[in-house]
Amino acid sequence: MSNAASVAHDEQPHHPRLAHHFESLEQQTDSSLFGMWIFLATEILFFGGALMAYMIYRRWYPDAFALASSHIAILPGAINTAVLIISSLTMALAVHAAQTGERRKILFFIVVTMILGAAFLGIKGYEYYEKYAEGFIPGLGLEFRFPEPEYAKNAQIFFSIYFVLTGLHALHMIVGLGLMTWMFIWVKDGVIDTQYYAPIEIVGLYWHFVDIVWIFLFPLLYLIGRHVHHG
Amino acid sequence: MADHSQHHIVPKSTYYLIFTALMLGTGLTWWIATIDLGAMNNVIMLSIAVTKATLVILFFMHVKYSPKLTGTVIIGAVFWLLIMLVMTMNDYFTRDWLHFG
Amino acid sequence: MSSSTVAMPPTHYLNNGLTLKSWLFTKDHKRIALLYLVAVTFFFMVGAAFAVAIRLELATPAGDLLSDENYNRVFTMHGVMMVFFFLIPAVPAILGNFLIPLQIGAKDLAFPKLNLLSFYIYFVGSLFTMYSIVSGGLDTGWTFYTPFSTVASTSAVVPAALGIFINGFSGILTGLNFIVTIHKMRAPGMTWFRLPLFVWAHYATSLIQVLGTPVLAITIVLVAAERIFGFGLFNPAVGGDPVLFQHLFWFYSHPAVYIMILPAMGIISELVAASARKQVFGYTFVAFASIGIAVIGFLVWGHHMFVSGESVYAALVFSVLSFIVAVPSAVKVFNWIATMYRGSVSWETPMFYVAGFIGLFAIGGLTGLFLASMGLDVHLTDTYFIVAHFHYVMVGGTIMGYLGGIHFWWPKITGRMYNDLLGRVSAVVIFVGFNLTFFPQFVVGYLGMPRRYHAYPEEFQVLNVLSSAGASVLAVGYLMPLFYLAYSLKYGAIAGDNPHGAVGLEWNTTSPPPTENFKTTPVVTWEAYEYPTPVEGHVV
Repeated sequence: MSNAASVAHDEQPHHPRLAHHFESLEQQTDSSLFGMWIFLATEILFFGGALMAYMIYRRWYPDAFALASSHIAILPGAINTAVLIISSLTMALAVHAAQTGERRKILFFIVVTMILGAAFLGIKGYEYYEKYAEGFIPGLGLEFRFPEPEYAKNAQIFFSIYFVLTGLHALHMIVGLGLMTWMFIWVKDGVIDTQYYAPIEIVGLYWHFVDIVWIFLFPLLYLIGRHVHHG
Repeated sequence: MADHSQHHIVPKSTYYLIFTALMLGTGLTWWIATIDLGAMNNVIMLSIAVTKATLVILFFMHVKYSPKLTGTVIIGAVFWLLIMLVMTMNDYFTRDWLHFG
Repeated sequence: MSSSTVAMPPTHYLNNGLTLKSWLFTKDHKRIALLYLVAVTFFFMVGAAFAVAIRLELATPAGDLLSDENYNRVFTMHGVMMVFFFLIPAVPAILGNFLIPLQIGAKDLAFPKLNLLSFYIYFVGSLFTMYSIVSGGLDTGWTFYTPFSTVASTSAVVPAALGIFINGFSGILTGLNFIVTIHKMRAPGMTWFRLPLFVWAHYATSLIQVLGTPVLAITIVLVAAERIFGFGLFNPAVGGDPVLFQHLFWFYSHPAVYIMILPAMGIISELVAASARKQVFGYTFVAFASIGIAVIGFLVWGHHMFVSGESVYAALVFSVLSFIVAVPSAVKVFNWIATMYRGSVSWETPMFYVAGFIGLFAIGGLTGLFLASMGLDVHLTDTYFIVAHFHYVMVGGTIMGYLGGIHFWWPKITGRMYNDLLGRVSAVVIFVGFNLTFFPQFVVGYLGMPRRYHAYPEEFQVLNVLSSAGASVLAVGYLMPLFYLAYSLKYGAIAGDNPHGAVGLEWNTTSPPPTENFKTTPVVTWEAYEYPTPVEGHVV
């Protein structure tokens, strides 16, 4: 990164969090952010594969998909979308507070983001229970009961994809909660300061990505056939 | 290449503005879903989703203030996903073709 | 060249910390490379043991050694171990890990702890797969096509699939680490077009790992979901499409073969330049050819599905693109040969592996063109022609490159010289054994012998016996380096900093290097391969 002949950097004062193989905190921050973006690129391809399966089968079975989607209660999905968007705002505000060195604010916003994330998972859990009660789980040895029996077979594919996509998304959120707990501890212990807040930014990037996935899942899973079947 | 833009502090007012846009977009998507516009339903709802995602990426994820390399990574990943989708659809869309073209 | 008055440096990365803990919790990329070397060599032997079983069975036409079901498990585990636990990690995780920081003038990779995590993830993935072996093995073929793998197979599909899933993350994280390192950690003056071609090759490989492996991951998740939860995503009974599995699987698995060959090609570029003592002909073309192979390699996966039910039109597109992907590889082969022309080539062990690689990769690559042609592929697919093709590129290509690299950099890694005569002899034994094993398979495949069968018609026996005999020669060839390389650790001549007189930052530090790689950060003012005479004063 440095453009002058650089020798051992021991003459300059070290930030305690500067790793020894980096020349500067700048190089370390740039590298960490770049690394997280590459990881998010892998996540785009990961979810993308499942979305491809969705696309293929929706094109093959448009009516079954529309019907199945219309049987999913829209309100919990809409509330969850709002919850995640608010949590993205609070996450961005946490990073902002880290940049301005307002420690208590960082802690506050991390906690609020976590509460919102937990709320999302709670609502999701309730939705999953509803599916179980209605007989919409297409496996686990359970009986699949679909109101329009002639579409039942292909509706199973819709619900398989529904559970895979939302399940993977929920797993990612749980990981996100773990990462935020870690950040909370680091902020509390004074590891983070106005020079070294890249970890908060990186966790923020991850959380925003999880939000973006849901931004797509909401219309794709909940809103397919709404204009036809006012389920 | 020392790049100081990664420390750019986005004003909170920008965040609130983007947040409002995202909530409005969500409401709009829900409303559109209840009106029958035929094939346009999908197009409009996905366009809103793409717009929302772009806003999150540019402002919440600071890509507008990040080095070009960041944008390249995102565009590269999306492009690669499109390669997979388009070339697979190339198979599915043409399965009924008995002759070339 | 080395002399008997050269001494080992007093402290270096091998003796900097002698406890087991200092090895198992190391963050030094060089030690992590050696951890991988041990693990990868072990898994190669596991995969080779399955190969021995295959060739023993196929020495006779009757299916007498193994039942058909057991034979299915044997060839599946041979494929799984070799592809995922040997070929994909070997060059990047061992030589890439060791050399990339050295070659770019850095102290370590960008994320040393992530590097160690990659190793442990690899190790955990292997535990799941080993568990699947001891619980009877997988019988679906390494390609675990649906719906057999999801519905009908009674073998250990989930543990094996989980093992591969976990192992995939090791590759993704290594690729991520390499990309960030190459972008951000180059020494002053080390511009992109001064990078060794070994680094370019690994950059291209890392792009593939990062973009392709996640799709394998989701594919395995979908298969596991179908097997564990009963979600019928590929099950025709509920309207699922088995061909969708194949699209998802091959979208990764075709680029995966370029993950296997590109690093070996990077090695060949280094070895050719050093052995011919000449600038690589067309450096820029070779660098861009690596990227070209990585990119175009993502566009051709449908050539594995010509007879699976994909549309003829899509097959046509994939076929044309498969012809095009051969071009950058051919560019590299021409450029290597042009580098050797009028160079003063020294025929030591690494150069033997280079010659073997160029010849065998050319055959393997050209037979790939036969298979890219739809009309031919309909006849040849699922026969031994395919088996021969991919063994020529993966074994004749990748393994030759890998062994050449291990030999070339052995002095740098260990500080010792091995017996070069033994090196050359085993290279010849490997070359002879390899051709005897796999060339007959082209013939027998063209004549119609199907792959993945434990029995075959009598008229194919002679060729199969030749192949099995060749395999025993090949085994001897592979075992020999284990002995003389291990022997050199204690009794080999001390290497000195630069026994080959080669150009490259890794040769500008001690053999073995210190933990921090360089005493002072190098400043680069010279081009990539400044042969035959390095510019005065560039050795730091």
